[in-house]
Amino acid sequence: MSTFNRLRPTLRATSNLSRIHSQHVVRALGGGRLASTHALVFLEHSNGVVEPASLSALAAASKLGSGDDAKITGIVIGSKDEVEKVLPTVKKLPGLSSVLHSSSALYSPPLPETLTPLFKSVLTDSKFTHFFSAHSSAAKSILPRVAAVMDLPAVSDVTSVEHSSTDDATTFTRPIYAGNAIATVRAGKDIPLKIVTVRATSFAPLSDGASAEGVEVKEFQAVEENAELTKHLETSVSTSDRPDLGTAKKVVSGGRALKNKETFQKTLEPLAEVLGAAVGASRAAVDAGYADNSLQVGQTGKIVAPELYMAIGISGAIQHLAGMKDSKMIVAINKDPDAPIFQVADVGLVGDLYDIVPELTEKLK
Amino acid sequence: MRPSPARLLNILVPVKRSIDYAVKIRVNQAQTGVETNVKHSMNPFDEIAVEEAVRLRERLKDAVKNITVVTIGPTKASEVLRTALAMGADKAIHVEIPETPGPEPLGIAKALKEVVGREKPDLVILGKQAIDDDAGQTGQMLAGLLGWSQATFASKVDVDEVKGVVTVTREVDGGLQKVECKLPTIVTTDLRLNEPRYTSLPNIMKAKKKPLEKLTPQDLNVDLTPRLETVKVTEPPKRQGGSKVESVAELVEKLKEAGVA
Repeated sequence: MSTFNRLRPTLRATSNLSRIHSQHVVRALGGGRLASTHALVFLEHSNGVVEPASLSALAAASKLGSGDDAKITGIVIGSKDEVEKVLPTVKKLPGLSSVLHSSSALYSPPLPETLTPLFKSVLTDSKFTHFFSAHSSAAKSILPRVAAVMDLPAVSDVTSVEHSSTDDATTFTRPIYAGNAIATVRAGKDIPLKIVTVRATSFAPLSDGASAEGVEVKEFQAVEENAELTKHLETSVSTSDRPDLGTAKKVVSGGRALKNKETFQKTLEPLAEVLGAAVGASRAAVDAGYADNSLQVGQTGKIVAPELYMAIGISGAIQHLAGMKDSKMIVAINKDPDAPIFQVADVGLVGDLYDIVPELTEKLK
Repeated sequence: MRPSPARLLNILVPVKRSIDYAVKIRVNQAQTGVETNVKHSMNPFDEIAVEEAVRLRERLKDAVKNITVVTIGPTKASEVLRTALAMGADKAIHVEIPETPGPEPLGIAKALKEVVGREKPDLVILGKQAIDDDAGQTGQMLAGLLGWSQATFASKVDVDEVKGVVTVTREVDGGLQKVECKLPTIVTTDLRLNEPRYTSLPNIMKAKKKPLEKLTPQDLNVDLTPRLETVKVTEPPKRQGGSKVESVAELVEKLKEAGVA
């Protein structure tokens, strides 16, 4: 509002110069929210902890701008217990100007059918200009549905965000063709709400401590619709003592050359143990049953960008490279000197992994 | 006695013609897209979708009345429809559009909604993403537009046509999730749902005689103009392969140098 008052005299001015000026201002005010953004960020959580990927989505939202003109509201959804458990942590997240929460037994676990009416209700007639989430399996299922019911396009898996307050447009980059090309996509002001999922490895979570005091916390009335469409039966989570693959600083990954499930574990686990690394796998290894589906790294699996990625017995198909080529340091161990993986590896060692990996594990102890 | 008509399933499988997954793509000179004068084939996730539809018929026999495949794409996209027909689909619909501009998932979903209105399927099976735009949105958008249930990233699909429900095991971050969707529903396929069959020559010949209906976006009354502007398409930063080392000791040294061990 203060901006409006400050500009008012300009609007009344009659000189030619100011008329040009005022046209610009009129257009600006006509948009209603030019020069300011308000992002809604979907904060996913489990066991009272905000998912690291959601923190990256929050970091992406912070790229829209800073100060009073770039507000960010976090939204937390779940059963009453879940929301109560995570809310204290959420309130302290850096960059948030307010927090919305909504709970219903219907929202746990989050299903697209039941969350879409809620999101539609939150986003309709609101001041939100952007809706961000992680490119997680839950959000990937929900956001496009929300976009469709609001008749808006969506932008998937973005790796950069740039907002221009002069024309109310946001420009994103996103990998296409398994990361073999980068598309720059512009969502102009004719798209009043930009719906975006964010590639977690491209946005480092904001560091703590920047959070404002007295963040506004509001409950949003649950919208209990579509309960009859889909029933959740069960979720089985593969547990591991190793760090989470998506966010681990180091990843030890195995391919088809690991022969079977037993050798896969026996060979890679000790190395992962001494490095404190997560274990990943190529699609070939997953398809052959050596490793769980959730460990697959690649275009259709997880995208990782750790400090160290060790590709062991992995040839380096396009689809696999798509999931790991942004790693800081890539080490390849393969007996085929012509394997494509060596074209991207910082350090390569040609040889039999069954000799090399145990020796390496021993030397790193 | 045959089951009552209401229980006969119609399955719709939308497919996309995309650059073959094995092709090393190149960004074009003008930076408007990629070189498309290369081998194309059916999007791999869509092949899985067609295969699943055909397997459902093999399992449920007469309960599956019709498998229709549909594509929205340029003239050449009818090739992928013939492939799908050779795999076992009964009929095909080709919504023909110009090569450029490439439509967006929202436009496609709107067109598919109209096709659903005409064909009245009980189950729509789509790939979880196209390997060209990697958007992964169309199935969810279609479900949203129709107000239907949805099960994305399916690795197992069980249809109970009598109860009118589909039980789907979904691949989610960290594990698996099982949901029960009320028909009609939208399923999107993950890689592990099945292994698509090869088409045999006799089936390819038979496919040539199966019906293929041509439509235009105007017939469906949809506008496929993209709403997002593709400013440019560029090559990703090149990663330079480093050196090879001769021994494990050297490798350990490199790791220590980089501070990762």
